[in-house]
Amino acid sequence: MKSVSTHADAWRRGGRPAARASLTGRFQAWLPKLVLAPSVAISLCFIYGFMLWTFVLSLTNSRMLPSYDFVGFAQYARLMANERWWVAATNLGVFGALFVGICLVLGAGLAILLDQRIRQEGVLRTIYLYPMALSFIVTGVVWKWLLNPGLGIQAMVRGWGFESFTFDWLVDPDMAVYTLVIAAVWQASGFVMALFLAGLRGIDDSILKAAQLDGASLPRVYRRVVMPCLRPVVFSAVMILSHIAIKSFDLVVALTGGGPGYASDLPATFMYAHAFTRAQIGMGSASAILMLGGVLAILVPYLYSELRSRRHG
Amino acid sequence: MDNVIRSRTPAARAGRLLLQAVLVVAALWYLLPLAVMVLTSLKPLDEIGAGSLLTLPEHPTLAPWLKAWGSACTGMRCEGVSGYFWNSFAIVIPAVIIATLIGALNGYALTKWRFRGAELLFALMLFGCFIPFQVILLPMAQTLGWLGLSSSRAGLVLVHVVFGIAFTTLFFRNFYVSVPDELVAAAKLDGAGFFRIFWRILLPVSKPIIVVSVIWQFTQIWNDFLFGVAFSGHDTQPVTVALNNLVNTSTGVKEYNVDMAAAMIAALPTLLVYVLAGKYFVRGLTAGSVKG
Repeated sequence: MKSVSTHADAWRRGGRPAARASLTGRFQAWLPKLVLAPSVAISLCFIYGFMLWTFVLSLTNSRMLPSYDFVGFAQYARLMANERWWVAATNLGVFGALFVGICLVLGAGLAILLDQRIRQEGVLRTIYLYPMALSFIVTGVVWKWLLNPGLGIQAMVRGWGFESFTFDWLVDPDMAVYTLVIAAVWQASGFVMALFLAGLRGIDDSILKAAQLDGASLPRVYRRVVMPCLRPVVFSAVMILSHIAIKSFDLVVALTGGGPGYASDLPATFMYAHAFTRAQIGMGSASAILMLGGVLAILVPYLYSELRSRRHG
Repeated sequence: MDNVIRSRTPAARAGRLLLQAVLVVAALWYLLPLAVMVLTSLKPLDEIGAGSLLTLPEHPTLAPWLKAWGSACTGMRCEGVSGYFWNSFAIVIPAVIIATLIGALNGYALTKWRFRGAELLFALMLFGCFIPFQVILLPMAQTLGWLGLSSSRAGLVLVHVVFGIAFTTLFFRNFYVSVPDELVAAAKLDGAGFFRIFWRILLPVSKPIIVVSVIWQFTQIWNDFLFGVAFSGHDTQPVTVALNNLVNTSTGVKEYNVDMAAAMIAALPTLLVYVLAGKYFVRGLTAGSVKG
């Protein structure tokens, strides 16, 4: 690639035919930039401009409508003193950690098992992955029905004769956040499986054969040889999953509505509620900026290592 | 990877049976919600209270589907989800076409006409894939108002295009990087221009990545809820928003069978895409992650 681009550069610099230097030629040279310009402008305006705008709003005392009376970081201070925000932030920690952790274990486990020359592998893979095609709203609606204590799984198991079986997390303020984990894991773990399976298939067979010839047992081969090879997969999976966790909004709305009370609120629903329904635009903006901070804290190390590995690879 | 151990002792054979069993049980867990959704949507309401989740409908009926489609209440109105279903299509189709087209041109310009700063511009755009959208909601709402697009389908198309081009550009850029530069350089020497090269050389080989991009965008936009709920009006809601309203409308008896039928209706287009083009769907999912 490098050599080709330098070749093209040389062509552009020196060997350019005279006709190309004409007006149309210069226009041609500008065309790629012209084609990119609208997208770049859109990104600058709608992503960076809007982020800045939201930050500005977070420094004002805007309520129903944006106003520009600056109050410094007072909204952040209010946020820090707001119990509901802390519930949402803590929930995100619990939800995020469990969601990412369980998805990784389940995804890696299924991928390793699937990789043992299984009959009907294609069918199983298709089944594991289909929830990823659904909207989180659909997932939320279905799991709300399954977890409904009166008519769902609890009722079904009681109907089998286990009269004291209780599974009412959906209406239990202490447990509601775990229902989010169940539904989200159901939706995303198949995707993690697909990532791991692709990673496993990419490992060179000869390394494994060599390890086996050396007398390593199967679990040992997986632990010492395969897992280290899969480190990049684990890394991307963690990135993608934590990203999904921070953005989770629809699932909460459809499954628990943030309830009971606000027991299963996440920052995304907190932000929406304050900015759009509770006329607290200033505080809503402050919470959005903190969410962005959370994403950046995960993203920056990721992009850094990605760019570095590409430069060295 | 798969020929690690192939011993044939009885213990090994029992192990393989166990393995197969574990995988099948896992498959059942993934299938359970879909099965319950379908079963419930085909039951009359009185069977729901009486039976349990997995009992088969004694008198299967399509009435819940018809009601969900045409007459169930979503908030104030009782016209079913059909109108919103078509709304979703009216939003998705233009948004997918525009975002894919722009992404293809961007990817082409970024890889085949490299110029100083191209990588930086790409990184700048790529960031759009990652931001939590809460951070742009309020300014977006105001901007749509200024543009006269609040609560309109055109406004939603605009929003989805704006935040879709980061992904489509990523897809096409990563794909075009692997198209040999020599082809393009030769065409340039022959005097072919920017669009001619795109049309004659890049586009004919782009079919797989176009499929990936279209499927990814279709799924993302169809399944969107946040933009739909924030920027749509009563008449322009996408089906996900209508589904949520339908389920949370608390007037009268709760009709779980209608809820499930509506959820199926909202899920069918993307499920269908997944079943028909699963390979491309997975490729889209992994394109942005493993390969970077």
